[in-house]
Amino acid sequence: MSADKAHLVTFLLRLADDHLILGHRLSEWCGHAPMLEEDLAMPNIALDLIGQARALYAYAGEVEGRGRGEDDFAYLRREREYVNCLLVERPNGDFAHTVLRQLYFAAFMEPMWRGMTASSDETLAGIAAKAVKEVAYHIRHTGEWVIRLGDGTEESARRMREAADALAPFVDELFESDEVTAAMAAARVAPEPASVRAEFDAVIDRIFSEAFLERPAGAWPRTGGRQGRHGEDMGYLLAELQYMQRTYPGAVW
Amino acid sequence: MTKNQIPLWEVFIRPRNGLAHKHCGSVHAADEVMALQAARDVYTRRGEGTSIWVVPSSAITASDPENKDENFEPALSKVYRHPTFYDIPDEVGHM
Repeated sequence: MSADKAHLVTFLLRLADDHLILGHRLSEWCGHAPMLEEDLAMPNIALDLIGQARALYAYAGEVEGRGRGEDDFAYLRREREYVNCLLVERPNGDFAHTVLRQLYFAAFMEPMWRGMTASSDETLAGIAAKAVKEVAYHIRHTGEWVIRLGDGTEESARRMREAADALAPFVDELFESDEVTAAMAAARVAPEPASVRAEFDAVIDRIFSEAFLERPAGAWPRTGGRQGRHGEDMGYLLAELQYMQRTYPGAVW
Repeated sequence: MTKNQIPLWEVFIRPRNGLAHKHCGSVHAADEVMALQAARDVYTRRGEGTSIWVVPSSAITASDPENKDENFEPALSKVYRHPTFYDIPDEVGHM
């Protein structure tokens, strides 16, 4: 495989893993959300994310050309082979943690997908055209919740502040650059993550100011997800995610 | 307390352009923005709509079920109000 192709496969797997892992986390709310309306809204978003992950895995397998399909990537890799960012694997915590984690990721992905709608890679441009509408809704839905919880009761505001503090160390990793992101930007496949930081900050600043929340400063940034170094919670997540395929190999619907 | 903060909203969906919004259920939400989002998530998951209305349930004035005899029964005996006593020429076709 040429270096260009290898970079593209890595880039696609990073994106796909972000979406699969966050989709799985959100699906954990199914049946447990604080109200019926959110019990449907959270899995709705999860299904958007998992749909995006499936398209990306399928395409990564095609580019790689070694016969691996979406199930092989999603269910049959080891923890160190997952290259998602650390933010998406953070446990759900309370509802404040969940909606803020989702807002951060959506506010990062919205300009990324928008950039990829004009990708030199036509398959990726097609995936982006669908995803960009879905992610716009994710920002709206989770943003409205952050505003209402931040500007809500004393308790909801406290929980929102705690979520902002807890998730602050995981924001910077989204915007990391390396030879893979540089190669994608040079080939006009996708924007450099660092180039969408200003748009991300503008969205988060607007929502935080409406929510009367301060953006936490001075958090020590955590990193390593893109190299497959994950937090302790990732193993538990994968155990549940992979259980069926590990126990009944090749099981299909 | 919870009920006051998260009131009930009636949801109306228009399935296609040219059709009327039709009542399809209700959602709980803190305000009208959240009610629209909840309605979208709960009632349009299978492509049911092109437009959503939400109305505070408290804004609806309903007829009293106790008055249903005096309200509705007098109409039952007035079959001549149905337009079923005309001969329609075949050329008109289905009306």
